[in-house]
Amino acid sequence: MQQIAKPAMPTYYDEVERKGYSRRDFMKFVTMMAAFMGLEKSAIGQIAEALKNKPRVPVIWLHFQECTCCSESFIRSSHPIVADILLDQISLDYTETLMAASGHQAEEAMHNTMSKYKGEYILCVEGSVPMEADGVYCMIGGKTSLQILKEAAEGAKAVIAWGSCACNGCVQAAKPNPTMATPIHKLVSGKPIIKVPGCPPIGEVMAGVIVHLVTFGTIPELDGIGRPKAFYSKRVHDSCYRRPYYDAGLFVNSFDDENARKGYCLYKVGCKGPSTYNACGITKWNGGTSFPIQSGHGCFGCSEANFWDNGRIYERASAFPGWGIEADADTFGKVALGVTGAAIAAHAVMTNVRKQKLIQNITAEGRESEKDLDI
Amino acid sequence: MATRIVVDPVTRIEGHLRIEAEIENGKIKDAYSSGTMVRLLEEILKGRDPRDAWAFVGRVCGVCTSVHSLTSVRAVEDALDIVIPPDAEMVRNIMFCTQYLHDHVVHFYHLHAMDWVDVVDALKADPKKTSELAQSISNWPKSSPGYFSDLQVRIKKFVDSGQLGIFSNGYWGHPAYKLPSEVNLIGLAHYLEALEWQKEIVKVHAIFGGKNPHPNYLVGGMACSISKDDVSGINAERLALVHQLLQQAQVFVEQVYIPDLMAIASFYKDWGAIGGGLGNYLVYGDLPTNGYRDVASYKILPGVILNRDLSKVHEVDLRKDDEVQEFINHSWYEYKGGDAVGLHPWKGESKIKYTGPKPPFEHLDTTQKYSYLKTPRWKGEAMEVGPLARLLVAYARGNKEVKEVVDKAVTDLQVPITALFSTLGRTAARGLESILAARWGLEFYDALIANIKNGDTRMADTKKFEPDTWPAKAVGVGHAEAPRGALAHWINIEDRKIANYQLVVPTTWNASPRDGKGKQSAYEAALMDTPVADEKQPLEIIRTVHSFDPCLACAVHLYDEYGNHINRIAIVGD
Repeated sequence: MQQIAKPAMPTYYDEVERKGYSRRDFMKFVTMMAAFMGLEKSAIGQIAEALKNKPRVPVIWLHFQECTCCSESFIRSSHPIVADILLDQISLDYTETLMAASGHQAEEAMHNTMSKYKGEYILCVEGSVPMEADGVYCMIGGKTSLQILKEAAEGAKAVIAWGSCACNGCVQAAKPNPTMATPIHKLVSGKPIIKVPGCPPIGEVMAGVIVHLVTFGTIPELDGIGRPKAFYSKRVHDSCYRRPYYDAGLFVNSFDDENARKGYCLYKVGCKGPSTYNACGITKWNGGTSFPIQSGHGCFGCSEANFWDNGRIYERASAFPGWGIEADADTFGKVALGVTGAAIAAHAVMTNVRKQKLIQNITAEGRESEKDLDI
Repeated sequence: MATRIVVDPVTRIEGHLRIEAEIENGKIKDAYSSGTMVRLLEEILKGRDPRDAWAFVGRVCGVCTSVHSLTSVRAVEDALDIVIPPDAEMVRNIMFCTQYLHDHVVHFYHLHAMDWVDVVDALKADPKKTSELAQSISNWPKSSPGYFSDLQVRIKKFVDSGQLGIFSNGYWGHPAYKLPSEVNLIGLAHYLEALEWQKEIVKVHAIFGGKNPHPNYLVGGMACSISKDDVSGINAERLALVHQLLQQAQVFVEQVYIPDLMAIASFYKDWGAIGGGLGNYLVYGDLPTNGYRDVASYKILPGVILNRDLSKVHEVDLRKDDEVQEFINHSWYEYKGGDAVGLHPWKGESKIKYTGPKPPFEHLDTTQKYSYLKTPRWKGEAMEVGPLARLLVAYARGNKEVKEVVDKAVTDLQVPITALFSTLGRTAARGLESILAARWGLEFYDALIANIKNGDTRMADTKKFEPDTWPAKAVGVGHAEAPRGALAHWINIEDRKIANYQLVVPTTWNASPRDGKGKQSAYEAALMDTPVADEKQPLEIIRTVHSFDPCLACAVHLYDEYGNHINRIAIVGD
């Protein structure tokens, strides 16, 4: 049972076929997946080929200073569902959250994969590594998290840093960072690292990253700080369905007020959508059910580096970078709601001028905000 | 001659837990439980906006997500004397029931089932017999012979690939597995179905809190305004989805979870006499129906049971200095007054100090300090918390609803009520509580609808939301019954900032090291005398440990490093 019976490994296509789907259904799925990952049509054939022929990719998933919200989010993925990922796409050979074996048997499973698939396995890391006190603030099997990370990273093909803990230290790295919680990219070198920030990241985004790796055998295209462009290239603000209210100067002034019931913009009650890059406004959460802003609470920027120290949650972000004309929402609101026709006309002109420059501004802002990041 | 074995990591839990056990003549003679990760969140909270605290402490745990946030907003509301509107109370209660349903089902199938279900043996099952068996215990429609044989083919292919993934190196074939192959196959089928179902029920959190894990809460109520006549906010469509999800949850619990639990339990009745442990149970209470401060209105009643004596329920007072105390005799901390004293959380001064072996190491020196968990005690007694504690306190208080559910289960299983004091009892209690959570969730939904119908659509009270409306100093406590048991947060607000924030959480009660008198906490006590068939395969150990549903990230904290200003706190509204 433990021997590898080649070439009996079920491919994704085998599974689809076994479930009774036609090739047409399969291609439809592949096309959808390609669209989901923001790929060109020419990639469709490549995906189909990969899903048909690839054996399951070995994955080791480590847990350090974390709360397991990333694993929990991963199992919430609606497409593909996690059972299909685990049975058909990857071989999740080590994860403390789900694996059957404990203790020595668990460690042995990890070491088997590390030696048998050296250079081939994907290393996923959930959590930060405490560097204070020689690393004793996180120990597993009598070793420090740093010792385990170094060992596991050595033979990895690529590393995925799941969630804000692994990408920027998250809550335990908030000031004064008493355990010196350290993100993965500061400890691992010489390996491609994919950062998937968020507290947690959206389940479908996590699954999307995995599907990309399995499908192409390459890492997805990353932005300047290592995040997959497919999911982190747009500001929540720019993909927010409440954005027109912002542009019109219509804001919620306090929670559950008349404007809150009308679904106005949450900027004045602290929404950090304008400075947050994530897929929440488009992919949404839990199978597209909702996202924080839709449920009436502002975004607090959980996918941004050091977001716990970037202003209080209910504090209005005063004049976020690059947003030219209006000093803050109040002034802008006055302009937008100006009582005279002249003011309205002036606003219309300004809006048009601004829209022409929008893309340029956003790009500049993106570059600007990257400078502030702790990378 | 005793053998010392180590289980680290204990998997299928949240966080990092290490168990060391002495085995002699096939039984555990002594056991030690150690939490091996720490993040020091209390230190990070100091000086921050109290309204933000729920988001920070929510990140204590992503498995029992939402419960720390709920406890936190309660603590702040308690301090600032804010009463949330009835709609917000119902929404929080619905989210709470949703959390129980998700957490308990995921625990049973994904964290605990493989201790009882032999996945590989499921391949030997006869699909036709499996189907007959499944149909004899439940009306759940996915039960045809074809369904089970398809699954078998899929799993066979998976196993034949040689890449066993999460099933690698499991204890398959171990003599402690007792289920017929057909029951194993049903268990495996429902493992996969539950994995698919669990992503649905949490949509309730997404509707009210925007996302899950880590939905958003708000001091003063909830942020999800009711908008009956607008597409934004909670309207008829959103409510219909909530209702449907709660109904589906009830069907899943009653047609899948409970029949499986009872079927599996019927083959493991011997575990109704193993793993009992302390016999002391502690509950803070939860699910208010007339405001947080009206304890009598709670669906889940507070209380303490000592020495398995169901004829008497003791009252709990979190305010009293001599009730809840924490000790550090075997914890990697230091007190100014030395290790001899136990401190009430309000006076909790402590400073972390690791004195264990330098990693990498083989064994901990358990005669010394050996965990990042402190050791809480109630009036000096070690207590077990969790679903079993909740059911027993309600049972002892004569709660009709709970009595009915519990009595039916013990009658169906043909075991005495005392079988509940066990590993099996803990696992069964979680299932029985799910029946109630499903029912209560729907009741709260009806109450919410009735409120809205009556014209009350308030979702948040923001009169005291702005810090300039607050007193210079305020203190409060929030408590909740997390899925894993009694949870409380204490907050001290000064100059509109957090001056001190402290948590005592369920897994600290259960998984802590022994106290200065050598008295074990719940995990260690429950492991005593557990039979271990093969010292190299710790299946029986993880069975009992998993029956508590460990959550270690929750359990490890650091209190105020300098031990200042704590005794001014007065608890209100417990």
